[in-house]
Amino acid sequence: MAFLEVKGLKAFYRQVEALHGIDFEIEEGSIMTVLGANGAGKTTTLRAICRMVRTEGSIVFDGKDLTGMPTEKVVQLGIAHVPEGRGTFVRQSVEENLQLGAYTRNDKKEIEADIERVYEYFPRLRERQKQQAGTLSGGEQQMLAIGRALMLRPRLMLLDEPSFGLAPLIVKEIYEIMKRIREQEGTTMLLVEQNANIALNLADHAYLLETGDVVMSGESHVIRDDENVRKSYLGY
Amino acid sequence: MELFFQLTLAGLAIGSIYACVALAVVMIYQATDHFNFAQGEMAMFSTFIAFTFLTFGAPVWLAAVGAIAISFVAGLIIERVVIKPVENAPILNQIIVFIGMLMILNNMAGWIWEFTIKPFPSLFPSDWGVQSELIGPHHMGVIGLTLIVLFAIFLFFRFTRVGLAMRAAAANPDSARLVGVSVSWMLALGWGLAAGVGAIGGILVAPIVYLDPNMMSGVLLYAFAGALLGGVSSPFGAVMGGMIVGVLENWIGHPALSELLGFKMNELKLTFALMVIVIVLLFKPAGLFGRVVVKRV
Ligand SMILES: Nc1ncnc2c1ncn2[C@@H]1O[C@H](COP(=O)(O)OP(=O)(O)O)[C@@H](O)[C@H]1O
Ligand SMILES: [Mg+2]
Repeated sequence: MAFLEVKGLKAFYRQVEALHGIDFEIEEGSIMTVLGANGAGKTTTLRAICRMVRTEGSIVFDGKDLTGMPTEKVVQLGIAHVPEGRGTFVRQSVEENLQLGAYTRNDKKEIEADIERVYEYFPRLRERQKQQAGTLSGGEQQMLAIGRALMLRPRLMLLDEPSFGLAPLIVKEIYEIMKRIREQEGTTMLLVEQNANIALNLADHAYLLETGDVVMSGESHVIRDDENVRKSYLGY
Repeated sequence: MELFFQLTLAGLAIGSIYACVALAVVMIYQATDHFNFAQGEMAMFSTFIAFTFLTFGAPVWLAAVGAIAISFVAGLIIERVVIKPVENAPILNQIIVFIGMLMILNNMAGWIWEFTIKPFPSLFPSDWGVQSELIGPHHMGVIGLTLIVLFAIFLFFRFTRVGLAMRAAAANPDSARLVGVSVSWMLALGWGLAAGVGAIGGILVAPIVYLDPNMMSGVLLYAFAGALLGGVSSPFGAVMGGMIVGVLENWIGHPALSELLGFKMNELKLTFALMVIVIVLLFKPAGLFGRVVVKRV
């Protein structure tokens, strides 16, 4: 059985069905990306895993069925979510944001060490550690959101469009750090993106989502080389 | 000059009590965007619980601590049983729940303890502290105790893990859930704390206004005024606002001022206090200490 296995997943906003029964899986240690246009259901997929939207179907993580759990419980299993819009605690300091990421942990010493480690990945956050997080730039807030997720020592990291609204140079910087995180921590990642190009570079596997249905899946390089994908997602 | 200091200190004392109630109101407002209109009646009820302990012969401090502890638990339970079920109900329904709670608590207190006015002892004996012409022992104790309590609450929110989680849950519940905070329990805890702080306010004001089921109606009004003046988005502002309102009230209410102006200012003190607040809010809508959140996209 795969590390994360999703079967027949439907998701609903009130009566409206946003996912129409999708299947996918992720192997431990790998990076999987879900690509799709605006409104395809990418965010909803991540929300479904974190139990923030009503669903049908099964979501099994490391042998445990998540569908009956509240969000806090899912987090305790080691699933960290870098949400759409970054979810910054704007009035709290950068450091407090990181401490909140470790809320479910009790090992105070280790938490201190992990904050240090996040600062090593993102030196800009160290410079701003006492600053109110709402005053950070968009790129810095994205770094903070990833740092906050790392503070959980996640076994699975869900990332919702980390490139969204950022200048290409910043996007590149953030993706390089994600790559380093993958190499050093071996964290399994489920990455959702509209920016197919950059996501396919990082990910091992990819799924294409169109209005709530998976229309194609495979290894990243296969997807990248597909004629239709090139035309509609990569633009060349 | 001496009169001025006397009035100011007494104002600070009553203002500290407003500050407690204002803080309780703001703590809940921050987490839920609602004013708990029943906060005053909850405090009144807590004070009656302390009164009951007294009638059983408990020393006054023990009665107070016991009542505060019970209020904390009762606050938790009220959130779980009464507030949580209407969490997602339309705003009008929620307001009706608050008003209903106000009336129920008021009537229940009247039914259990009757509407007659009862004396309530001060936590501070009359030979307590520095004997001074400027301030009585009860007022001195009130200022001291509320400062300690408010400072302890500040430390709790600022430096503890749960305090941080409560702030996070109030400001950004979705993100808080995503780091594993149980937002719903943080809300309940907030209600418990608010009930406890409110109870302190009730127990401190009762020796001044005497104990009866309606004793908090004036206090709650001034506390609301203080919260608005200081800024409902800022607990610190609410505390300062409460203090300011207390001092203003005392200045304005003094007969000397009425004599000086040639009309009965005393009867207009609530009107005047509210006017000052309206004027302040016209120029500073977020209140004197209300923080405008810095946000960048
Ligand atoms: N809070 C919501 N209420 C109602 N419909 C929603 C909500 N969020 C998303 N949707 C709908 O669900 C579908 C998928 O949205 P979403 O998962 O946000 O897409 P993506 O993240 O791929 O842009 C869209 O049709 C969107 O309009
Ligand atoms: Mg989205």
